[in-house]
Amino acid sequence: MANSYTDVPEIKFHMDHPLMKHIVELKERNFADYGKYDYACKDYEDALDNYDKLLEIAGDVNANIIAQNAESVDEEGPHCENGRIRYAAKTYENLDATIKAGLNGITMPRRYGGLNVPMTVYSAINEIVSEGDAGFQNIWSLQDCIVTLYEFGDEDQRQRFIPRVCAGETMSMDLTEPDAGSDLQSVTLKATYSEKDKCWYLNGVKRFITNGDSDIHLVLARSVEGTKDGRGLSMFIYDKRNGGVDVRRIENKLGIHGSPTCELVYKNAKAELCGSERLGLIKYVMALMNGARLGIAAQSTGLQQAAYEEALAYAKDRKQFGKEIINFPAVYDMIATIKAKLDAGRSLLYMTSRFVDVYKALDDISKERKLTDEERDEFKKYSKLADAFTPLAKGMNSEFANQSCYDAIQIHGGSGFMLEYKCQRIYRDARITSIYEGTTQLQTVAAIRYVTNGFYQNVLRDFESCPVSEGYESYANRLKDMADKLAFCTDKAKQPGDQDFLDLCSRKLYEMAAYPIMGHLLLQDAQKAPELFQKSLNVFINYSESEVEKHFNYIRHLDVAQLDSYRQ
Amino acid sequence: MSLKIIVLAKQVPDTRNVGPDAMTAEGTVNRAALPAVFNPEDLNALEQALRLKDANPGSTITMLTMGLPKATDVLREGVYRGADEGILISDRPLGGADTLATSYTLAQAIKKVGDFDIILCGRQAIDGDTAQVGPQVAEKLGLTQITYTEEILSIDKENKKIVAKRHIDGGVETVEGPLPIVVTVNGSAAPCRTRNVKRVWANKNRQFKTWGAADIDADPAQIGKAGSPTNVKAVKSIVFKAKENKTLTSSDADIESLIVELMESNTIG
Repeated sequence: MANSYTDVPEIKFHMDHPLMKHIVELKERNFADYGKYDYACKDYEDALDNYDKLLEIAGDVNANIIAQNAESVDEEGPHCENGRIRYAAKTYENLDATIKAGLNGITMPRRYGGLNVPMTVYSAINEIVSEGDAGFQNIWSLQDCIVTLYEFGDEDQRQRFIPRVCAGETMSMDLTEPDAGSDLQSVTLKATYSEKDKCWYLNGVKRFITNGDSDIHLVLARSVEGTKDGRGLSMFIYDKRNGGVDVRRIENKLGIHGSPTCELVYKNAKAELCGSERLGLIKYVMALMNGARLGIAAQSTGLQQAAYEEALAYAKDRKQFGKEIINFPAVYDMIATIKAKLDAGRSLLYMTSRFVDVYKALDDISKERKLTDEERDEFKKYSKLADAFTPLAKGMNSEFANQSCYDAIQIHGGSGFMLEYKCQRIYRDARITSIYEGTTQLQTVAAIRYVTNGFYQNVLRDFESCPVSEGYESYANRLKDMADKLAFCTDKAKQPGDQDFLDLCSRKLYEMAAYPIMGHLLLQDAQKAPELFQKSLNVFINYSESEVEKHFNYIRHLDVAQLDSYRQ
Repeated sequence: MSLKIIVLAKQVPDTRNVGPDAMTAEGTVNRAALPAVFNPEDLNALEQALRLKDANPGSTITMLTMGLPKATDVLREGVYRGADEGILISDRPLGGADTLATSYTLAQAIKKVGDFDIILCGRQAIDGDTAQVGPQVAEKLGLTQITYTEEILSIDKENKKIVAKRHIDGGVETVEGPLPIVVTVNGSAAPCRTRNVKRVWANKNRQFKTWGAADIDADPAQIGKAGSPTNVKAVKSIVFKAKENKTLTSSDADIESLIVELMESNTIG
């Protein structure tokens, strides 16, 4: 029977990394739950075995239920009826299967009914589910909002809401409004405190809310009257059981049809404050978005896997000029590039997930006791790494997903343009990944400071100091050459002291940093498992080198005087 | 209203991969040559049991399987998916059993379990395809049976009644029966749910109870080879090929001649 985990050994490879042992020890508090919960692990090996079994279940549910239902869900889509959402029929089957399999509350502590699994493993499930149906992944993975409620809600809220999510209730994050998309500071949904009822009431409209008829919502609203910026915004929990929020309409989208994108009307919707007032956007939504961005990086990786599988299967099957088209260099070039990007992007996804795991586990420990100086330093180091790597993982993987799904159609030729083939669905589904949870342009904004302050270059220099096995020196040298070009272009972009000029270069600088970082990750992977990654390493270094060279030439010849030619 | 449910399950060789070494010289299945799997229709039966458990909180599911020690894989799989207990019936004298000896052994084990409301099992196993064990267990326990079941529609423990939909040629029929009862489940019933993460983690190292012939007070003459009147001479993979064809009209004479011919060749009758 097909299994989306065991059939892809590359995923398992990333679950066993030297940093994982440390993550598991932090997350498990030296296995303190063992004996308290019958499903708790007793040591690192036991934990890894549990993760393996969890992923095998996710792989089974995805390959045999979610992926099988994907075309029907895409065709039917959800319905908006009397202010409520009715999912496509097969979406309920998917939800039922994930709930029965216990794939909820993945990262939550066991005391609330969760599985207490690291983000790295959660990312893998996210990837697996996205391979089957990226639209369903939206609905399923919004359970991740509970992490924000866990981190910033009070104990009473944790006890009331987390077990419900662990039991399979769905979530949404209600952030954007008709006039507040990328610019969330402009949110106007009004939160008013009633002294009489001792609770908050929400009034207004939210737009583009994924899974907007969920059971538990996290809502960004303006609680400080008269304010105009992010400092007047707070985060609220709205429980659907209380009523007050209706779905006015759902969007008719290009892709991810299974996931309802809703316009919500709040009419005196009773809500409760999560965390402190005024920190809604500045602190909580930023945390929420970072989690969501990692989720989209995983979704994009799953879509790349789907593109690879579709392209490969078709190219092996389709004969032209007397042979299978996979034998033509023009075709295998595309497939090899899809696979190389997939392997490199996946490595970046899991490296980022591990960084997130370390700092989040330390952050959680800091609520129980004071961190040691060493731990505090570690927390700072990994939160910075996570902050720097998340926009790379999200931006690069989502762009790769788009490119690879485009190529998957190209490999199908005319058939790929017909709606009968799966590649057209994943192409449509992939399109949103470089837009939502921050466009690639916004990922660049988040990442560029790590280019200009030399952070990524330091990361690259650290990679360069790692010993390289015999036969791999040339890759290391070529990666060093890419890093040097990044250094040159960074100086060139900063030198005039013109913000517009730097911004114009920033996307290219962002990619010039991302390619050698991914190249180094793949170099390390290939040395450990050449049978899985050697081919991709060759292809990816060739590909990256040419991309970096392209950007190098572009920036080399660009100057401030040319800005006018770009301005519209 | 909680129910006590028993599910009979069998570990079977995966007959999708039958090779020349599928049979031993003695005419029994060569289990070493074929991967062992959970008999597919027993999984359909387990799903019906799990649905009863979902709908009737406090219910328990006990799985019984007869086989080699490795058959505990089936028990573990059942527990992973939601069963509560699993008992392996395994003993050297039980080996080589045909359906008669197997149903006797299972019936003895069920008597030892004692209290139950419903016994569920797959319609048939893919290694033997006899569909005899479920009905024989019912007979040996003196219970009513519903065979070819696609769905249990309702169960009423108080009034000792069950209503089920069963597959018949060209459609389905809804039948009512008394409790306790034996229900055999068809492959067209709902597929079994997947494993549950917490259950897998909690039970991956679980040990299961094993009962031997003495534990279930089995009569040595009715178990294993001794209790099995069936002798399998050989099992072959046969491809049917028409050697000749004959055109018949719908006249009475033609139909009669066909019936006579089929009876003479022992195809029917």
